[in-house]
Amino acid sequence: MTEETAVSEKELQLLVLDVNGEQHEVITEPRRTLVDVLRHDLRLTGTHVGCEHGICGACTVLVDDRPVRACLMFAAQAEGARIRTVESLSDGDRLGDLQRAFSAHHGLQCGFCTPGFLMLAEGFLAERPEATKDEIREVVAANLCRCTGYQTIVEAIDGCATARRQACANLCDSKER
Amino acid sequence: MSQQKLVGRSVARREDPRLLSGRGRFVDDIALPGMLHAQFVRSTIAHGEIASVDLSAVRQVPGVVAAFTADDLELGDITAQLGRPLSEFVPTSMPVLARDKVRYVGEPLAIVVARDAYAAEDGLEAARVTYTTLPPVTSEEAALAPGAPLVHAEAARNTLVDVSLFATDGIDQVFESAPCVVDVETRTGRQNALPLETRGAVAHWDDREEQLVLHTCTQIPHQVRTVAARCLRLDERAVRVVVPDMGGGFGQKCVVGREEIAAAAAALRLRRPVKWIEDRKDALSASFLAREQHYQVRAAFDADGRILGLDADVVCDMGAYSCYPFTAGIEPLMASAEMPGVYKVPAYRVRGRAVTTNKAPTAPYRGVSRPQYVMVVERLFERAARELGLDPVEIRRRNVITDFPYTGVNNITYDPGSYLESLNLCEQLVKDEGWYGKQDAATAEGRHIGIGYACFSERTGYGSAAFAQRKMQVVPGFDISEVRMDTSGAVTVTTGTMSHGQSHETTMAQIVADELGLDIAKVRLHQGDTDRITYGFGTFASRSITIGGSAVRLAAAKLGDKLRAIAAARWDIDPDDVELTDGVARRRDDASDVLSYEDIADIAYLQAHLLPKDIEPGLTAAATFDVFNDGTFSNATHGVVVELHEGTGRVEILRYVCVEDCGVAINPQVVEGQCRGGIAQGIAGALFEQVTYDDQGEPSATSFMDYKVPTAHEIPDVLIHHLETPSAFTETGAKGAGEGGTIGAPAAVLNAVNDALRATGVELDNTPVTPETVHRALHLEAPS
Repeated sequence: MTEETAVSEKELQLLVLDVNGEQHEVITEPRRTLVDVLRHDLRLTGTHVGCEHGICGACTVLVDDRPVRACLMFAAQAEGARIRTVESLSDGDRLGDLQRAFSAHHGLQCGFCTPGFLMLAEGFLAERPEATKDEIREVVAANLCRCTGYQTIVEAIDGCATARRQACANLCDSKER
Repeated sequence: MSQQKLVGRSVARREDPRLLSGRGRFVDDIALPGMLHAQFVRSTIAHGEIASVDLSAVRQVPGVVAAFTADDLELGDITAQLGRPLSEFVPTSMPVLARDKVRYVGEPLAIVVARDAYAAEDGLEAARVTYTTLPPVTSEEAALAPGAPLVHAEAARNTLVDVSLFATDGIDQVFESAPCVVDVETRTGRQNALPLETRGAVAHWDDREEQLVLHTCTQIPHQVRTVAARCLRLDERAVRVVVPDMGGGFGQKCVVGREEIAAAAAALRLRRPVKWIEDRKDALSASFLAREQHYQVRAAFDADGRILGLDADVVCDMGAYSCYPFTAGIEPLMASAEMPGVYKVPAYRVRGRAVTTNKAPTAPYRGVSRPQYVMVVERLFERAARELGLDPVEIRRRNVITDFPYTGVNNITYDPGSYLESLNLCEQLVKDEGWYGKQDAATAEGRHIGIGYACFSERTGYGSAAFAQRKMQVVPGFDISEVRMDTSGAVTVTTGTMSHGQSHETTMAQIVADELGLDIAKVRLHQGDTDRITYGFGTFASRSITIGGSAVRLAAAKLGDKLRAIAAARWDIDPDDVELTDGVARRRDDASDVLSYEDIADIAYLQAHLLPKDIEPGLTAAATFDVFNDGTFSNATHGVVVELHEGTGRVEILRYVCVEDCGVAINPQVVEGQCRGGIAQGIAGALFEQVTYDDQGEPSATSFMDYKVPTAHEIPDVLIHHLETPSAFTETGAKGAGEGGTIGAPAAVLNAVNDALRATGVELDNTPVTPETVHRALHLEAPS
């Protein structure tokens, strides 16, 4: 039984993953999850693991722009897709607007769930920039946070969405003039 | 002239940039060359003698490097002690790996070390363990039943703690003659503190330092060092505990874990780095749990609703082992000492017991017994109000302590707080939003809206005196801070406390920046490294800003004295005539004459020949702080409006109002974050979360499908109003703010639920209040 369940070295496979716009070659077992490959093979440790069964959402990344639980996906399944992690949100030391909103609203305490919420919101706002606060709360309910009580996470995402819409409106105004 | 103070302002968190950009460093982010991965063979039965542990097949599994049993590693046990007689406390030992007996499902029996975590789990599958099963003890009643099987042979009646702290003379007569006596029996569910980051450690032996380095996510690094050194039979110097960023703790990580010690032992044996990351299944079922308690309490009142006496029996189901360093006394002793709370209780009797059962062991969890006894006491007041026909807020008004300092029947002296003010204001906020009118309108429509309150205080800043009174062998009281300024005028400050989300890097820096007149960017906090921090007890019991923050301020003040002394010597004036502001020392009599901190540091380090004879080179200072009285009490009133839904039994929280007083709020945004997060955890305990066990001791909750952690759907927005009664004896005026939210929420929610049920005649006193219970209550005919 042990011999049957064990994975031998021969079953390694070569994967090419597109992560944050860079191509990465990884030699790994087929059973290795996307989050483990991101974290431990590519050393992109910003994405976290909270439950390994798809509930808590700490491992949320974008796969072809859509939020995905990276603990429920094998790395092999992500070949050919565009993967984005929390590391893509800032430009060097300069935080992106969503990250700044989380800080301004105190939307994080220990910070462990935060990358998951950031990528969830990043994917969601790209799809629904006009989202209402209620819709945002609905989406925030997809992930678990144990520190904040969620209110400030909702406010941060709503604040970011509002600011983006305002910036967009200003741009349109100035073009019209 | 001087710069604006930072204390009291919501300055941006120093922690945020790295945590928001994925550049934090949590324990599972650590990778060392040649690192191996550990997992644990765990007991599949709740109670039994170990007949054999056969790891031979494990060692054949591809990728497995080693596997060890207790006999292979020969480690010392983890033993927590109270200095109480055997009649009050029975010490028991927790082996790092189970040796002769297993006492709960999930108890670690052997450690498997492999080249990666996948192979380690493959290895677990090949382990063969045989047991002689024993009947499991799975409830408090079973534990106390005559002839019950013993979880620990040395603990008769499965009782680890049995203490009767108070019994006022004549209390029986008080109850006999009182016009109103009410009682409450409450059972509270076993909960998991549930930090989103599970426990974990990375251990390696450093040959150059001749030291075991243990990276572990713990709230108590120095206590882990002590236990690791004892279990591994090393000098403490030869163990360095380093704490990386922590993904929450809430108490579960303020006890020493067996797995972190076993991982260290494996690293020592193999001379290779070993990482252990707990998976969620183990975290839910085999980690440290909390809160399963049974209260039988009665209270006597006079006809005007003034409380005359409180008589309580508390039994806490502590599971299989005493936790280190707190022991199984943590919950019963907390409840016994503090239960009278914010009320003027003239007579008090209490018996507190801890029983041991075949369930995962327990640790302190945010609030520690206070969420439970506050709930019980608040239920008693609600019930008395109903009996006496009084308004539930009015009966509290007649009983809360208003003259401070107040020494209670429990021999605790309460420092000034705003008990009555918070109660009145909370009620006013609920009234102002029109909830009483909305409740009447809903009732007329046949809907079920209820309003409930909880008024409570929370002892924070437990110093040596308070913990010594509990007779703990490890008395966690003082904290030490060291402050160092370098030649660029930047400051490094240490604390023995350990932030796991509470923003200490920000709040402690605010304190130092104010004290030294420095830009906060020039201040950097160090915590969680036993080689860098002289000593510290870590973070729990809302002690960090009260005790740690006070030590930090005192150390910074001492460094300030030295800066002033050096500057004064240069100017040949009295140090009192020098002020520190905006990063410079300035003559009070001539504001244009300044010495920058860089200038002073140059003298202290690079041109020490310029120093006066009585001033030593260097710019360092250290200070300790302890609390020698009963601590400082934060207080709050929570007001909750709920609606019960007939069809589903769902409890919907329509409004949550919190009026809190934690003295001087160093950073109001951080305090509000603590309130909201604490309230969310309190609501979780009141309505959702519970680990149950079947009659064989099998835990029900092994995934998030079974353990219902509330989401943004269930947790409401919280309106927070601050009052400020500064503490007279912390250095900043701050009181602790970490636990209050969790303490008040269950009582307020339960009172609101019962208010909504008032037409049914049903009263619910157990938590969690599940939809099934509410549904049943709503569909019962009210007894006529």
